[in-house]
Amino acid sequence: MKKHIRTAETHPLTWRLNQSYSNIVWASEYCKKNGYSALHIMLKNMIPKDVVQMITESKLRGRGGAGFYTGIKWSLMPQKKDYQARYLLCNADEMEPGTYKDRLLLEKLPHQLLEGMIIAGFAIEASMGYIFLRGEYIDAAYNLKRAILEARKLGYLGKNILGTNFNFDIVLHTGAGRYICGEETALINSLEGNRPNPRIKPPFPALIGLWGKPTCVNNVETLSNIPSIILNGVSWYKEISLSDDTGTKLMGFSGQVNNPGVWEVPFGISARELLEDYAGGMKKGFVLKAWQPGGASTDFLLPETLDVKMDFSSIANIGSRFGTGVAMVVDHTVSIVSLVLNLEKFFARESCGLCTPCREGLPWIVKILQSFENGSATINDLDILEDLCFQLGPGKTLCAHAPGAIQPLQSAIKLFQLDFKKCIMNINQKMSDTRNKTNSIFELFL
Amino acid sequence: MLNNKLNDIELYKIIEETKHYEDKKAASIEALKIVQNSRGWISDQLMYEISAILCISVSQLEEIATFYSQIYRQPVGRNIIKYCDSVVCYMMGCNKIQLILEDILKIKPGCTTIDHKFTLLPISCLGNCDKAPVLMINSITYSNVNSTCIPILLEKCK
Ligand code: SF4
Ligand code: FES
Repeated sequence: MKKHIRTAETHPLTWRLNQSYSNIVWASEYCKKNGYSALHIMLKNMIPKDVVQMITESKLRGRGGAGFYTGIKWSLMPQKKDYQARYLLCNADEMEPGTYKDRLLLEKLPHQLLEGMIIAGFAIEASMGYIFLRGEYIDAAYNLKRAILEARKLGYLGKNILGTNFNFDIVLHTGAGRYICGEETALINSLEGNRPNPRIKPPFPALIGLWGKPTCVNNVETLSNIPSIILNGVSWYKEISLSDDTGTKLMGFSGQVNNPGVWEVPFGISARELLEDYAGGMKKGFVLKAWQPGGASTDFLLPETLDVKMDFSSIANIGSRFGTGVAMVVDHTVSIVSLVLNLEKFFARESCGLCTPCREGLPWIVKILQSFENGSATINDLDILEDLCFQLGPGKTLCAHAPGAIQPLQSAIKLFQLDFKKCIMNINQKMSDTRNKTNSIFELFL
Repeated sequence: MLNNKLNDIELYKIIEETKHYEDKKAASIEALKIVQNSRGWISDQLMYEISAILCISVSQLEEIATFYSQIYRQPVGRNIIKYCDSVVCYMMGCNKIQLILEDILKIKPGCTTIDHKFTLLPISCLGNCDKAPVLMINSITYSNVNSTCIPILLEKCK
């Protein structure tokens, strides 16, 4: 396993943490390690337009999974000043199975997120920011609350920040456990105290968002990247990456590997390097059968694809999605059918129920997969599964929940068709066994 | 004896929460959680009380209360045990963890022990997959759990 020396220039997100990531960086330590200096510099030298321009040039992409360019998202906010309020929302509803990157930033580096939010708030001229945190992250809630108080005391939040006429405050809002709240329009509905069904787009939140006001929703990791871009500049940010996607990214590997975890690495590092050098390779006695590059809703990939670069377009080119960038290995002891069943149970449980294909289709998929598992499926069921994948595909439902849900299923059927067919063969075997038995019973009577 | 009126502390906390938003309704989840924290669950009568403070109808509040997995509309045990049943924990043996819990507590997931000491629930990924399998007891997350540590953890519960 590699030991990495983390510096502000090479590991902008995590260099303030100790080797084992165990310290919580409170205000005093954060300020000592040049925290909030980006905010100082920005307030002194920049106007909102400059900040948006800079982030656009940096080509920072959203780290929540979809990978939309952050600068472009910011510039979609209306230019006219005739709105009373604008909002910045931080999406901290990390709940994608297999993903655990935001938790680190929320628990250990709350001030970095706050600084990113204050800068983002300035850029989009918002007066208020909400952190929508999932209810289960209790330590993160505590740490963020404390950090907000610290920041307010230091004059980084509230009225007339650092003597300018910029006012911005942050409120922590915690959820109560539903995956769909991570979808940006569902998040807005949830925050408003409505049932968190996604909204039909357009209108986009940039025009009509929280309480009908212009709203921008950014992921935790995205916002945590902002201060270092302001501080070190666009060309530095582009150069630390090894690929077209700029900057660094929290990536990880979990499953039966020697050293599961999450690390800050440049985009474009190969999955193999991540798996072997960082995660220490597969555990003894376990063989890699497949892997998911970025969370439960990404397509499975085979071991021979491990040399792929970890970035949005390279992963897309080999037929999956970069997603959250936190990968997971499937070893030879795991049955793919039962693993997919586990995934689909999750998606069926978490459907908000608004669109029929998603609400009805996912439980149906679960039932069919169960029949595969208990050996009662027929070849017809495989056709139904494939048809359902089509019925739940992109564009057929209101949000990306259903298309995301069928990605692992679709890829599993494609890559491991034999595993599915074996389940069917079992039953055919059983059927012919019973037929033989009944035949022999008949023969007895003859 | 169940008290069906909100007490002053709960009232105060809810009103403070509403100040953070343009619309009081946005404090719904927080209000439900405040009441649930002191009482364990939320009765019908309390739903009326909360909705009155938030100036919304009971059915509007019910929409919220029934949507989220962490709002309890029926009595639960003093300790809530949640085991992660998502994909990584699944590969790392959450089924075994579930069986051990069922065996010790003598209940199925979704149920409460007769002495009201424990409620057992499944939960989605707790964002600790690199330390799977993961268990959450009340507000504390335990990672890398195994058959030996579970009885000890349960022993510590009141
Ligand atoms: S696709 Fe599913 S989760 Fe998304 S809006 Fe439709 S029913 Fe809800
Ligand atoms: S899958 Fe269990 S903590 Fe992530």
